[in-house]
Amino acid sequence: MVRDTLIGSRIRERRVARGMRQAELARAAGISASYLNLIEHNRRRIGGKLLVDIAALLETEPALLAEGAGAALIGALREAAGAAPDVGAEIDRVDELAGRFPGWARLLARNRARVTTLERTVEALTDRMTHDPHLATALHEMLTTVTAIRSAAAILAEPVEIAPEWQARFHRNINEDSARLAETSRALVAYLESDGEAVSETGSPQEEVLAAWDATGHHVPALERGGDADAVLRAMGSELSAGARSVLRAELARYAADATLLPMDRLNEAVDRLGPDPVVVADALGADVAVVMRRLAAMPPDRLAEPVGLVTCDASGVLGYRKPLPDFPMPRVGAGCPLWPLYRALARPFVVISETVRPAAGDGTFFTAEALALPIDAPLRDRDPVFRAQMLIRPRPQGAGTAPPVEEVGSACRVCPRHPCRARREPSILAGPARDAPVF
Amino acid sequence: MAGHVLVVEDEPNIIEAISFILSREGYRVDSHGNGVDAAEAVRARAPDLVILDAMLPGRSGYDILRELREDPQTAALPILMLTARGQTRDRDLAERAGASRFMTKPFSNAEVLEAVKALTRSTA
Repeated sequence: MVRDTLIGSRIRERRVARGMRQAELARAAGISASYLNLIEHNRRRIGGKLLVDIAALLETEPALLAEGAGAALIGALREAAGAAPDVGAEIDRVDELAGRFPGWARLLARNRARVTTLERTVEALTDRMTHDPHLATALHEMLTTVTAIRSAAAILAEPVEIAPEWQARFHRNINEDSARLAETSRALVAYLESDGEAVSETGSPQEEVLAAWDATGHHVPALERGGDADAVLRAMGSELSAGARSVLRAELARYAADATLLPMDRLNEAVDRLGPDPVVVADALGADVAVVMRRLAAMPPDRLAEPVGLVTCDASGVLGYRKPLPDFPMPRVGAGCPLWPLYRALARPFVVISETVRPAAGDGTFFTAEALALPIDAPLRDRDPVFRAQMLIRPRPQGAGTAPPVEEVGSACRVCPRHPCRARREPSILAGPARDAPVF
Repeated sequence: MAGHVLVVEDEPNIIEAISFILSREGYRVDSHGNGVDAAEAVRARAPDLVILDAMLPGRSGYDILRELREDPQTAALPILMLTARGQTRDRDLAERAGASRFMTKPFSNAEVLEAVKALTRSTA
């Protein structure tokens, strides 16, 4: 991806984010709308005074339009702004922040991610306090015992004279209650320690698994060598909750099975010869295209000139495994963009749906998305199959053309500037018409 | 006599401590140890004030409170609610159910005494 060929896309992105019409910008810059249209679609080069003028009209720096900033970073900053709409963060100038102060921007994005994680942990713990009957009872008992001790001790500590039989009674009560408190405390600590893994720092089990995959680069050398999936699970999942380990166990088992069906050496040879098109590779190797898609995503991080991404969902559309790309971010929680071919694949199972897509909030990079839905189990008598879909994302090589149709897609509605959008389910936090779009 | 207080609480040592500090101030103190028939006990003993624990064996203190508020005989009775949790949610729950006052364990003797005096004074 050569960034300086995408100036037009960045101009368009910034104009749309500011809610400005193309004709309006063209008139202000002293050029025709059709010429600006060509610039915005990267079909005319732009530089010099016109770039400076357009940057000024869009209230940004020419260098930012020329070089841009990472889509993932900008997406993270938008999310941070969306979490606190009342502070009035200048969302329409987010790329300026990311471009001029990249270190501060990364710090802000990282802190937001950290806050999100901690909020989720607090939420989970609060929920547990409220709904865990064992915990609620134990805490109630502890506090009740503490109250009894406190009341009795306060009575004994008073300077006024207390009858000897009452003194003896309160001494006995304190002794009994302190023994009970010690026992309850021990039991509570044992309970919390044994169940401490139920809530981890990273939030839901699915998020924990995603973090574990990110840490490995989505490539597991031990399984490529025929290693034991349980041993890998012990290494990768030692810090995970029981729920996350269960999800990871299933994903590692699938990885191991895929590695057996299509060894990496064989895939490497085919990719070197044919490129990373999963349908072409599957055809040449006589392999299952679904396996090829997953194996492409499992290649070592630096093996492909342009790394590929992968996302899966179940029949309800809930996302599972995710390997995002820097310029094709995917939501860590919640649903993806309804316009992703991933979801269409569920309606057309067994068909490889191949489309050119472009992230609406991205830097103009085009991607090829291949999606396929297949049943998760063997045919059953009088039972409809349950499908799971997966989508491979490949950056479209420069010069490969942009054969229509090109679908403009988002990662999630809240951070997507696309307008109009027939699939929008909630307003965007970005300035411009997408913010006010009707919600259905 | 300063008034008649019924303590509905399942922890005998708390009952004993509260009884001691209130009796010393001239209150007559009765107690009841479970939630199942607590509302009946309140109606039968007709106290001037009830100290009601939120978590009782057999029935929740909030349920008992709601029942007492729906009964014209006890709708205006001062009720001091005791709970082991102090979250806003619990306070809201107690207020919505009709508690006259809300107190979180562990409380001090002085707090209980002050609350009882204030509630019985307001209805005297």
